[in-house]
Amino acid sequence: MSDWPWPWLKRLIRRLRFARADRKADAPLVPDKLKTMVRAVVSTRPDEIGCDECFEQLDQFVEMVLAGKNAAEALPLVHDHLERCGDCREEFEALLRVVQQAAA
Amino acid sequence: MQRTNEEWLAALRGSGREAALSDLRQILVRGLSYALVDQPNLQPGDLEDFAQEALLRILDRLDSFRGESQFTTWAHKIAIRVAFTELRRLRWRDVSLDAAVEAGAIDFVPEALVDMQADPEQQVLQRSLLEMLRQMMMTDLTERQRQALAAMLYGMPLEEIARRMGSNRNALYKLLHDARQKLKSRMMDHGLSSEDVMHVFGL
Repeated sequence: MSDWPWPWLKRLIRRLRFARADRKADAPLVPDKLKTMVRAVVSTRPDEIGCDECFEQLDQFVEMVLAGKNAAEALPLVHDHLERCGDCREEFEALLRVVQQAAA
Repeated sequence: MQRTNEEWLAALRGSGREAALSDLRQILVRGLSYALVDQPNLQPGDLEDFAQEALLRILDRLDSFRGESQFTTWAHKIAIRVAFTELRRLRWRDVSLDAAVEAGAIDFVPEALVDMQADPEQQVLQRSLLEMLRQMMMTDLTERQRQALAAMLYGMPLEEIARRMGSNRNALYKLLHDARQKLKSRMMDHGLSSEDVMHVFGL
């Protein structure tokens, strides 16, 4: 990768950021999948939990959400995992629906 | 019939077991009808089958219930896991890992992903960063990490990727987490901050 023009790339990014500082509304429309991928990489945290640990606390998390408590603040790693993992998010949304209906 | 958590546990462990099981089965079937409301391809009898399988698991794991939620919420959680696992398996059963990996890799051809609406300078940056990411994926990730990432980009659920790779969902998440960490730290090595990259893609 030594032939890659990194310094040039960096300079260009800085210049563009500076020039566009007042043009936030013009954010480009890149396909969602790519955005998801790039966001997933750069937002990676060292302390993420896995699916098992998320599942372990999912019932508690859902009840907090439905009680109007700040679940994301109380269980930040569960919240973070649900933002990243489609499988767990799908199950979270389903559980939310179920408990909501049971309470209604 | 309403029961407290303690009453559920006592009933499921004791002499009231049959009645408690019957009540819980009803509660789970009803819950699943809400949980799976937007699932296509549900067959008659599916809800009862999922509930039955969930009951077995619930009885098996009764000791692991920590009382941090209503017992029924915990039970619904297990039933939902059972149901989604099976529905994902059925939905993806005709897609091989190779096919998903190939399709996902095609999705990551930089030319195809650049936003043509962005101004030319922005497009150059996007293309460059994507090419950089692609190169890092080739040089810094393991074959398994690349496979999992491509299949995920294609949209295959982690659970199904894991099944095909002889792994499980939790381990696969960790594999992908390691891959993301690696890619991120390599980007940082090149002096690119998260903000720089997010900005280029309008994030």
